[in-house]
Amino acid sequence: MSSHSLPGPDDIVRRELPNGIVVLYRPNMSSLSVVISGYLSAGAIFEPDDKLGLAGFTALALMRGTAQRDFQQIYDGLESNGASLGIDGGTHSAGFYGHALAEDLDLLLGTLAEAVRQPVFPANQVERMRVQLLTGLAIRAQDTSEMAALAFDELVYAGHPYSRPEDGYPETIRAIRREDLAAFHEKHFGPRAMVISIVGGVEAERVLDSVSRYLSDWENPNQPDQPELPPLKPLSEMISRQVSLPGKSEADIVMGTAGPPRRSPDFLAASIGNNILGQFGMYGRIGESVRERSGMAYHASSSLSGGIGPGPWIFLAGVDPKNLEKVVELMRLEITRFVSEPVSREELEDSQANYIGRLPLSLESNSGVAASLLNLERYNLGLDYYQRYPDLVRGITADEILETARRYLHPDRLAVATAGTFEAST
Amino acid sequence: MNETLTKLTLPNGLLVLLKEIHTSPIISQWIWYRVGSRDEVPGLTGASHWVEHMMFKGTSQFPLGILDRTISRDGGYLNAFTFLDWTSFFETLPADKIDFALGQEADRMFNCSFDPNEVSSERTVVISERQGSENEPLFRLSEEVQSAAFRVHPYHHEIIGDLSDLYSMERDDLYRHYRNYYIPNNAVLSVAGDFETQAMLERIRELYEPLAAGVEPSRLERTEPVQSGERRVSVEGPGETVYLQVSYRAPAADDQDFFALNLLDSLLTGPTNLNMFGGGITNKTSRLYKSLVEKELAVGVNGGLQATIDPYLYTTVITVHPKHHASDCIAAMEAEIKKLQDAPPQVDELERALKQARAIFAYGSESISNQAFWMGFAEMFASVDWFTSYLDRLAKVTPEDVQRLAQTCLRPQNRTLGVYLPEDAAQKPQ
Repeated sequence: MSSHSLPGPDDIVRRELPNGIVVLYRPNMSSLSVVISGYLSAGAIFEPDDKLGLAGFTALALMRGTAQRDFQQIYDGLESNGASLGIDGGTHSAGFYGHALAEDLDLLLGTLAEAVRQPVFPANQVERMRVQLLTGLAIRAQDTSEMAALAFDELVYAGHPYSRPEDGYPETIRAIRREDLAAFHEKHFGPRAMVISIVGGVEAERVLDSVSRYLSDWENPNQPDQPELPPLKPLSEMISRQVSLPGKSEADIVMGTAGPPRRSPDFLAASIGNNILGQFGMYGRIGESVRERSGMAYHASSSLSGGIGPGPWIFLAGVDPKNLEKVVELMRLEITRFVSEPVSREELEDSQANYIGRLPLSLESNSGVAASLLNLERYNLGLDYYQRYPDLVRGITADEILETARRYLHPDRLAVATAGTFEAST
Repeated sequence: MNETLTKLTLPNGLLVLLKEIHTSPIISQWIWYRVGSRDEVPGLTGASHWVEHMMFKGTSQFPLGILDRTISRDGGYLNAFTFLDWTSFFETLPADKIDFALGQEADRMFNCSFDPNEVSSERTVVISERQGSENEPLFRLSEEVQSAAFRVHPYHHEIIGDLSDLYSMERDDLYRHYRNYYIPNNAVLSVAGDFETQAMLERIRELYEPLAAGVEPSRLERTEPVQSGERRVSVEGPGETVYLQVSYRAPAADDQDFFALNLLDSLLTGPTNLNMFGGGITNKTSRLYKSLVEKELAVGVNGGLQATIDPYLYTTVITVHPKHHASDCIAAMEAEIKKLQDAPPQVDELERALKQARAIFAYGSESISNQAFWMGFAEMFASVDWFTSYLDRLAKVTPEDVQRLAQTCLRPQNRTLGVYLPEDAAQKPQ
């Protein structure tokens, strides 16, 4: 195998175990280490409104004690060998990521299996974690970018699961009992829809043997499927919310709307368009307008999330509060221009070249390859996706970007969330 | 793996470090200048960082925007960093696209124009960057601790500079700073990746040998007197969370004691990760995690030391548990340190820390950007041998060395304590 080639059917191994776990593997025999990364169908989408944060709390608690070992024994096994493993919550799934020296693949897989299959949620650990989570929320409550993002989600996704913060609120974290964690684990953690990606200096046979040894006899017949997402009500006008936080030098702006899901046929055109708008070079047109020409912000950019559902398409900046309205207006002007006329040929070619050219760098590390394999599986892109990718990117036209942008971005129907210290609030 | 390291100095004084790595079709180029915030006098604090920003404003050969655009088109990435002792710029690209980066990097060593309009526009950008940092309690705490820890040495001020200087500095101040320090005999070029050394060297000679050496700038030397007693600072601000920063004066990077302190840090707060790219590991079995977080005096602890030319700081940051005070954490930390002062650690505990260091080193070695980073980085405070001998020097540390460092470095008289107090809680005893 040439390590210089893009991942494809020739060098990606994909195996589905009888219990439903999908294993993806790509060797990198020049590497001394190995990465495991993946997800289980146990995200915040399953949690009730009065216990927001339950999925994340459960995921974090898995490694706090198992039927075999306590917290310190689990981490002693990892840290003594220079290995690392973490499990945390997400909207649709719980994710895990670990790395170790290649010789320690079994340590990673064994610890992962132990944590997801036999956690015991020790009461003292649960209470300790609760304080840690509440402290995290207290820190979040002081973070201008996080508070603006939270307000943005509440505006754009009103009535939709995406309006709910995965970390929950202090009152919902306080409401979660140890039994809730155990019940959430019992119901939602299982092999169905679990995907595990392994990349590094280990042979295929060893990888498949190890995964099979630790995870092939895991069953959870009652594990539910992912729920259908409800339809999202589009914005009908400009809406805004200001979160006042005392004592802040800078205010953060998060404005925008909902964008296409990753699997949508619109996604690639929207993504390349977004690159032109707020990513390419020094943050695209937005960076040029807000930072380079006006000098009004250190960071100003746009971001399109994709994801399973309609993730946000947002425009971000951190600004002196007195410039806030000017920057919102500058960003709206760029959005207006973006939906009024096609991007130039030069801009399109730049971003197409960027998308194609950056593949080798994004696939340099084991973690980069592992993440790319997960994308193939999560969004059903096909093992040959990265080999088809240059043609897909080159096939996007300026008209397609304009038509796509017009379906999602409406300069008079945006949510504008801001957080900081404003004159009226001081 | 076919990896060879080449080190040579061009006639104009530019130090060149090349390492062939053929695992990925990628090349990473870094240029390092021996100038950082420690070279700034009052009135000019933040000049090194602002100059770093101005380096992206174009030259006549490579006008504004061309650099970002070309590197992005070619699928690469770039960035720049200003630190206490150095400033560096890097570009990582697919191997067949590196020539542009080589050419523009050589060009901007001399040819940045520092257009007054661009300087003016960047002033507000840098101020905005500082304001963003000021939003963070830990930045505000760290700035106070740093300034209290260094009364004389220019490590005293934050890299981004003081706000008053960011308002008052002029274009000519910045341009003078640039002209003084951005010369080949004050720079190191480190390149790693998928190239043939001879061909790369020829290209580098072609680009850099026409550049004339300048007057070698002297570094600002102001030796910090020995600290003779504990210093304490407090910062009040919004929020609910109390943070504690404990910073001990630490040995310089090229001092063998730096390595002993490195292992001492591994035992106390988990292994230090000096990689710019590459994963680290958690610290949940470290002594301070067990005595602070497991005992519910704190909700988080981390620590680490920086590799610097002159003695700097070994810093631990503790997020205090809402039901406890910073003083409880200080007492528990002192008790842990006392154990190491009273008895050397077990040999197997050091061996464990060494394995952790080896693993972190292995993770970092897999990134070509990180390999190029390390070579130049090491030259900024020692030499590339510091990088190649890093694990060997760690392995030479004995349990008695660790005990000695605990006794000499981790004394209360050698530290600055800083507490961030939420304004609402500031009246309570801490």
